[in-house]
Amino acid sequence: MPCLEEIYDVVVVGAGHAGCEAALACARLSLETIMFTVSIDSIALMPCNPNIGGSSKGHLVRELDALGGEMGKNIDKTFIQSKMLNESKGPAVHSLRAQADKQDYTREMRRTLENTDHLTIRQAEVSEIIVEDGKIRGVKTFSGAVYRSKAVVLATGTYLNARCIYGDVSNATGPNGLQAANHLTDSLKANGVEMFRFKTGTPARVDKRSIDFSKMEEQFGDRRVVPFSFSTDPDTVQKDQVSCWLTYTNERTHDIIRANLDRSPLFSGAIEGTGPRYCPSIEDKVVKFPDKERHQVFIEPEGLYTNEMYLGGMSSSLPEDVQYAMYRTVAGLEQVKIVRNAYAIEYDCINSRQLKPTLEFKAIEGLFSGGQFNGSSGYEEAAVQGFMAGVNAAMKVMGREAFVLDRSQAYIGVLIDDLVTKENHEPYRMMTSRAEYRLLLRQDNADLRLRKIGHQMGLVSDKELERTLKKERDIEAEVERLEHTNIGANGKVQEFLESHGSTPLKTGATLAELVRRPELDYEMLAELDDRRPELSSDTAEQVNINIKYQGYIRRQEQQVAQFKKLESKRLNEDFDYSAVKSLRREAVQKLNLYKPVSIGQASRISGVSPADISVLLVYLEQMRHGGGREGKD
Amino acid sequence: MRNHTDTIAAIATAVGSSGIGIVRVSGQEAFAVVSKIFRKGGKQGCDLGAAENDHRVLYGHIYDEDEMVDEVLVLVMGGPHSYTGEDTVEIDCHGGALVMRRILETVIKYGARPAEPGEFTKRAFLNGRMDLSQAEAVMDLIQAKNQYALKSSVGQLRGKVSGRIRDLRERILHETAFIESALDDPEHISLDGYPLRLKGILESVMDEVRGLLNSADRGRVMTEGVRTVILGKPNAGKSSLLNVLAGEERAIVTDIAGTTRDILEEHIRMEGISLNVVDTAGIRETGDLVEQIGVSRAKDAARDADLIIYVVDGSVPLDENDEAIMSMIQGQKAVVLLNKSDMERAVEAEELRRRTDRRVIEISAKEETGIEELEKTVKDMVYGGEIDFNDQVYITNVRHKTALTEALSSLMMVMESIDLGMPEDFYSIDLMNAYECLGSIVGEAVEEDLVNEIFGKFCMGK
Repeated sequence: MPCLEEIYDVVVVGAGHAGCEAALACARLSLETIMFTVSIDSIALMPCNPNIGGSSKGHLVRELDALGGEMGKNIDKTFIQSKMLNESKGPAVHSLRAQADKQDYTREMRRTLENTDHLTIRQAEVSEIIVEDGKIRGVKTFSGAVYRSKAVVLATGTYLNARCIYGDVSNATGPNGLQAANHLTDSLKANGVEMFRFKTGTPARVDKRSIDFSKMEEQFGDRRVVPFSFSTDPDTVQKDQVSCWLTYTNERTHDIIRANLDRSPLFSGAIEGTGPRYCPSIEDKVVKFPDKERHQVFIEPEGLYTNEMYLGGMSSSLPEDVQYAMYRTVAGLEQVKIVRNAYAIEYDCINSRQLKPTLEFKAIEGLFSGGQFNGSSGYEEAAVQGFMAGVNAAMKVMGREAFVLDRSQAYIGVLIDDLVTKENHEPYRMMTSRAEYRLLLRQDNADLRLRKIGHQMGLVSDKELERTLKKERDIEAEVERLEHTNIGANGKVQEFLESHGSTPLKTGATLAELVRRPELDYEMLAELDDRRPELSSDTAEQVNINIKYQGYIRRQEQQVAQFKKLESKRLNEDFDYSAVKSLRREAVQKLNLYKPVSIGQASRISGVSPADISVLLVYLEQMRHGGGREGKD
Repeated sequence: MRNHTDTIAAIATAVGSSGIGIVRVSGQEAFAVVSKIFRKGGKQGCDLGAAENDHRVLYGHIYDEDEMVDEVLVLVMGGPHSYTGEDTVEIDCHGGALVMRRILETVIKYGARPAEPGEFTKRAFLNGRMDLSQAEAVMDLIQAKNQYALKSSVGQLRGKVSGRIRDLRERILHETAFIESALDDPEHISLDGYPLRLKGILESVMDEVRGLLNSADRGRVMTEGVRTVILGKPNAGKSSLLNVLAGEERAIVTDIAGTTRDILEEHIRMEGISLNVVDTAGIRETGDLVEQIGVSRAKDAARDADLIIYVVDGSVPLDENDEAIMSMIQGQKAVVLLNKSDMERAVEAEELRRRTDRRVIEISAKEETGIEELEKTVKDMVYGGEIDFNDQVYITNVRHKTALTEALSSLMMVMESIDLGMPEDFYSIDLMNAYECLGSIVGEAVEEDLVNEIFGKFCMGK
C-alpha cells in the first residue's frame, strides 16, 4: 500500500521542553529536522507548576543558556515574577526561579520554533521506531507515514501509555486531558528496550475570584530582577511583577485526608507507578509526617490573562469531592472553586541505564532520548537532556565528536551521569547536594564555564563569546590588582574597619585580604579603593566570590584534578569484564551491565569496589603494553 | 580513588617475624616526610633527598617531635630505582608490633597516608617495575588483600565501637540532610538560628570522636592478632584451655560489652604470634533465650575467625551438637583438640580426623599435656602461610586512627566555618567528609545516603 515517505537528518519525537531544545539545536546546526507532537497546541506546555528554575534547577537553565539553549531566553520574555532563592546563603546555592505566564511561555517558544530555518513541525503520533542491524533508520506514524532519518531523539515526556487518575476516575490521557501516545512503547519493547512505569502528580487549579487573599501572606518578586539568559540585557527585565500568596493547611485538612485515605488510588493500589519522594502529594505528606501540624501552600498565578491559580504544595489524587472538602479547610480557600482537578499521572519511561553518557542508546545506534522519558522529572531537567540528546544526534549525523559534560563541568553533567550510572527507581530530580563540586558549579559563572563549549559546538555566536571572554579578562585583571594593592593602616582605613565591626590593621594589608574578611566584601571596600575600574555588576560579583572563597575553591579544584585523572582513563564499551579473573563476581556483572566509558564512571557504579578499580587499572596497563590476551577470547 | 603519586606508607614485614621490622614509605614526598622525623647523630634537619647517591643506608633515630621512637636504619632509594619506581624510604626498626605501629603513625602524622591494601605492588606494576606477565598475580593480590582488609577492618572493631561510630555517622548525616533540604527547598525549610544549634550538636559528636581516638591510643578500639575462636559444646573444656594458654602471660583481659556470659576475649602471645582468642558459649540446641543469643554470637565469631580451635570432649560420645560445630568449621582454618585425654575415651582420634578432615591433637587441658603440640601446629600454620593473615591487620589499626583524626579535623573545620559566619552550605562539604571517614572504619560507603536521608526525614516540596 502506498504511503507517505519523507527523509530528514533528525527526527525529534515530542515537543515538550526536551523536544523543543533538541529540535532547535539540530535545526540551528543546519540539519533538516522534523519535530512530532500529538498536539501542536501543547508545544512547550507547562502542565504542572507555573515556574522555571528553583534550587539547582535554576543552575541547569543558566548552563543550558550558556551552551546556546532556548529556555532561559524564553522565560526572560514571559516571566511575571522572579526571585533569587537562597540569597542569604553561599553563592553556590543562589538560584533563580521565575513564575511564567504559561500561555505566553508556550506561545513564545512556538514562535521561535516556527521561525527557525530547517525545522518542520508536524502533528502526528509516532507509533514505531524503524531499526535495521542495530541502527536507527527513522520512525513510522500511526497513520502509516514513514520518516527516514539518520538519527532520532525520543522526548515523549509523560505521554507514553499515560493514565490520569483521581479517586476511582481513571482517564487514558496525557497531562491536561491531551491525547496519550499508546503505541510507541510496544515498538520500543519489541526492539529490546527495558521500560519502567513512573508516576507524578499535580494539584488543582482554582479560580482567583474565589480566594480570600486577606488571609494569606503576600510574596513579592525581587526588586532588581536578574535575567536567566546571559544574552538578555538586565535592563529589559525590570518590570511590574505579580505576587504569589502563602497559606497553610491545618489539622482539619489533615483529618479529612486521613478519613478518606481508603479512597485514594495511591493507597488502594490502583496506581502502580513509582512516584518521586521529593514531590509528595499532600496525602503522602500527611501520612509520612504525622507530627507536622501544618504544611505550606503557595498560591501562584498561571498567567496574566487568566484567573487560574496553582495550589503549590497540595498535589493529590483523592476523589473530586474530597479535594473540594480539603481545599476548603485552608485559610483563604473557604469558598474556593476548582477549575481543574488535581490528579496523578502514570506513564512509561525507560531504565536510563541503557543510555551512554551521550544519551544515545547503547544497543541502538543513532537513537537518542531526553527528558521524562529517561526517568527524570521537571521542565528544566527535561530541557537540558533534550538539548544534550539533540546536540549529540547532530554530532553523529555530521560525523563530529560526541559531546559530554562531566560532573566537574556542569550540573548537566551530574544529572546525566547519575541517570546513566546509578540505579534510578523514581523520577529523578536535580538537587544541589548531588553536585560534589558545587562551589565551582555556580549559577553565576555558568557562562565562564560553558560559553566556549557552546561556541565550539556552533550554538553560541562570536559576539556572545567575545562578551564572555572580556568578562574573563576583566575578572582576572581585577583579582590580580586587588591581590597586589596594599593599603596602609592609616586613620581612614582604621575608621572604615571599625565602622564595619572589623579588627583594625596592625600593619598594611592587601585589598584582597580585606575582601576575605567575613564581615567585608568587594563592594563595601570601594570606599578605600581609589583606582577601582568600572566593572559590570556580574563581573564585580565574580571578583568578590573568587577572592572571598579562594580557599574552598582551591580545595575543590584539587579534588577535580583527581577526578579528571580517572575520567580520562577510557574503557572500551564492548569489553567483556568476565575476562578479568580477579574482579569480584558482582563487579563483573555490574560492569557488563553498565559498560562504563571510563574508569571514573566505573568507580561510581554501585557494587564496584575500590579494589576492583585497582584491578582494572592494572589490567588496562597490561593491555596497553599488549601484555595480555585481548578481552573476549 | 587516590592519586598515584601521593605518598603512602605501610608496615612491610610479615607478622610474627621477630627482630627487624620494616616500615616502607613511597611517593613524591617520601624523602621530605622521613626527613622531618629522622635524626642522624641526634641532629635534626637531615635532608634525605639532598645526596648525590640515589641509594644509601643511614643509621639514626626516629623522633616524633622530641620523643625518640626507635633506633633505626634508613634505606633511601630514589625513583625509578626502587620497588615501586617512586622515591622510597624503608625504615628498618625493631620488630615489635608496637614499635612498628608507632613509626607508621609518625610517618602518617608528618604527611604520608596509610597505603591501600596491595597499593605498593600496584604502583610497582603501574610504574613498569614488574614484568607484564605478573599482571594477573598482581590483580589477585590486590583483590585478596582488600577482601582481607575489609573483613579485618570490621572484624577487629571491639563490639561497642562500631555501634558508636554508626551512631555518630547517623547524627552527622541527619544534620547534613537538614541543611541540604533547606537549601533545596528554602521556602519550606528555614535555617534561622540553626548554626548555633549545630555547634552544640557537633561539640558532643567531637567529644565522642576524641574519646574514640584516646581509646585507640590505648589499644582498646581495635584488636590485633590472629582472630582465634574456641568452639565446643558445654563442658568440653574450652575455658580451661583458655586459662592454660593465657597462663601468666595473660595480657589484657577484656569483657565485651554486656556479654560476659557468652563471649570472653583474651589476648595471648604464643611462640611470638599474637593470638586474639575468643572463648564462646558452648554450642548446643537450647530453648533458653539468653543462651540462644550466646550461641548465635559464637557462630558469628566463628564465621569471622582466622583460626578456629574446636575442643572435643573425649569422655562422651559425639552428639548432634558436635555435628553442628563440624558444619560450622567447614571451609575455615581449624585445629581439632581431643580433650580430656586423661579420662576414659569415648571418641577416637582417627574417627574425629576422618569426620572433620582436620588435624587432631590429643590434649588434656587439666593436666596441661599436648599444649606444646598445639602451639607448634598453630605456629606452622601462621608461618607456613596456611592461615590467611598479613600486614593488613596491623595497618588497619593505623588506618582507623587516621580516619578518626581526619573526621575530627573535618568537624573542626565546620566549627570554624560557623564561627566565621560562613553560609550554611559550606558546612556540608566538611560534614560529609567526616561522614565518609567514619564510614571507612565500619566498612560503609556513602552511595545515596544523603539523598535518602533528605527524602526520608524532611518534608519537601510541592
